[in-house]
Amino acid sequence: MPTDARRRPRLAVWKFASCDGCQLTLLDCEDELLALADHLDIAHFLEASSATAPGPYDLSLVEGSVTTAQDVERIHHIRAVSRRLVTIGACATAGGVQALRNYADVAEYQAVVYARPDYVATLATSTPISTHVPVDFELRGCPIDRRQLLEVITAHLAGRTPNVPAHSVCFECKQRGTVCVTVAHGTPCLGPVTHAGCGAVCPTYGRGCYGCFGPSDSTNLPALVPLLHRDGMDTLDVVRVLRTFNAAAPEFDAAARKELER
Amino acid sequence: MTHRGSRVLHVGSLARVEGEGALHLGLEGRSVTEARLAIYEPPRFFEAFLRGRAHTEPPDITSRICGICPVAYQLSACRAIEDACGVTVTGQPAALRRLLYCGEWIESQSLHVHLLHAPDFLGADGAVDLARTHRADVERGLRLKQAGNAILEVLGGRAIHPVNVRLGGFHRLPTTAELRPLAERLRRARDDAAQTVRWVAAFDFPDAGCDHDLLALAEPGTYAIECGTPTVMPAPGTAGLAADSDRALPTHSFPLHAFGDHVVEHQVPHSTALHSRLDGRRHLTGPLARYAVSGRLLSPIARQAAHEAGLGDPAQGAVCRNPYRSIVVRAVEVLYAVDEALRIIDAYEPAPSPCTEVPPRAGTGHGATEAPRGLLYHRYTLDPSGTITDAVLVPPTAQNQGAIEEDLRRQVQTRLGHDEPTDAELTALCERAIRNHDPCISCSTHFLDLTVQRARH
Repeated sequence: MPTDARRRPRLAVWKFASCDGCQLTLLDCEDELLALADHLDIAHFLEASSATAPGPYDLSLVEGSVTTAQDVERIHHIRAVSRRLVTIGACATAGGVQALRNYADVAEYQAVVYARPDYVATLATSTPISTHVPVDFELRGCPIDRRQLLEVITAHLAGRTPNVPAHSVCFECKQRGTVCVTVAHGTPCLGPVTHAGCGAVCPTYGRGCYGCFGPSDSTNLPALVPLLHRDGMDTLDVVRVLRTFNAAAPEFDAAARKELER
Repeated sequence: MTHRGSRVLHVGSLARVEGEGALHLGLEGRSVTEARLAIYEPPRFFEAFLRGRAHTEPPDITSRICGICPVAYQLSACRAIEDACGVTVTGQPAALRRLLYCGEWIESQSLHVHLLHAPDFLGADGAVDLARTHRADVERGLRLKQAGNAILEVLGGRAIHPVNVRLGGFHRLPTTAELRPLAERLRRARDDAAQTVRWVAAFDFPDAGCDHDLLALAEPGTYAIECGTPTVMPAPGTAGLAADSDRALPTHSFPLHAFGDHVVEHQVPHSTALHSRLDGRRHLTGPLARYAVSGRLLSPIARQAAHEAGLGDPAQGAVCRNPYRSIVVRAVEVLYAVDEALRIIDAYEPAPSPCTEVPPRAGTGHGATEAPRGLLYHRYTLDPSGTITDAVLVPPTAQNQGAIEEDLRRQVQTRLGHDEPTDAELTALCERAIRNHDPCISCSTHFLDLTVQRARH
């Protein structure tokens, strides 16, 4: 329990364009939530509480990507009132699935969804938080992993760097003892180039990794893409799988562009 | 601030809902001239970028519309595309889809009942605040929520955006040994769920009713969740009944492929969500609608809990039209979902194949399921190679927006008839009226500021 001598760090959770799944991950820490609330002052978390306290905040968790002019202003304000700013999830870290607009004409997109596009204000691109303000740490995933979120928060409370490995999903298959779906079954899999953190959940359920944690720290897409072709994917399949939840991540974006030039 | 004889007040953001929006209230003396729920969630254009994608992709892609109800999106998408391709999923994979959906109902509804909605009845800001006075109840809610997540994790691989769902069924079926510990946990959860029904039944409920058509899926012999036929119970006013009447009215249904003829979306200037109307009339989907249409088909334990909780006997045609009591109906649905999950697990025998192949073909398909907050409809048109040429998604909150606005108008009007509430009191009232419907604003398309405009005389 905190003592009065040591002020509880103040936590804030913010939402930009997103599905709410990453901030829900905090509420999914059912065993730890009430204990966390003893150690942290949850000062701003609109999804969970109507009581909000003004900044400054010690730790801001930011979900979602920037897609409106107003949100550009809002993220600058949040940065100004936050000692540490951690982005949570693929939207905040790489622009999310809504970054698919970056490859299209937004006016056309608006016309598909809205009868009166002029009622809707939006930017032509969906961009990660780091495009706009300095970010202290980026937690990957679509959605983020609960254990990694707890690690980021406890590391912050302890004043240390979070232990979040940046190697590939392949390491997690080996750790978990999951048989390689590509080697054993010829299933196309983005595991070799995808950031670890999910626990290799897709291969464990018999399907190829679809890259929802974005690129790992050492990708070799020129070597992987031919294997994807060998295992039955055509150019369109490869572009589609790279352009999904982390479409705007530089490594995936470059590989998709190269594939389209073939 | 004051301009042109009217007063506009920014009162704050709406909390404990998914996503962000704004509320505009126009008052003139003691009457409400306007109640508008404005949704500013930045548009994400799912229906646009689904065009050109493969027919196998919507279950994973559309789950990202909502982190609170990803299974609803995955299974509405599967049903629509399977319909387009002429495939019907039966047997154990179909039963497991219902089990997965029970997991989402337990998780999402327990979250709303204990962490988001209960604080309104007990004067708390949120779950952490509520835990100071009602720790055992919050802990029970977290346990229930965790039991729902356990189903999602075992069957789906993870709780948010599960990975195991695919067209035709699953990537991998669970073993009986994997489901056994789940059943143990669910038996304890059933006691927790029954306790929650008793807990919420004792809350103080304001008198209120809703004069909306109720729209829910119906399926012979069962409480519809993962499939069914759209079924309408007309608004009580059409039969000369009061808005808070607990009498059932005869229902009528229409085929799912005619959904677009009956539920018509239109855009309004104040919102990035599309509003929809049912045959030109205001309608409500969600727990109150499901309970009205299918309540008699709840399991005996859930029906009895509902009866003891003061909801009347659904087998005798009792319905609940008080939106505040939706928390009781949700609690009953959690109990039902736990009970139903146990039934499915008990009957489970692994099937020879986890899925049916769904080869692409040209055509249009329709799919609808009961997301925790209401009916979710998908329609896709495919070309012969399976590439999507058109996608239409109608989420529950967009359908409920008109009903929520009418509830706001009606409840503020009733309050103004009693006394002269302050703006803070009005804000609290409006936020409660909105939370009654567990709106998922991320789904429907972001900041909720309340503005009250009072005309000066």
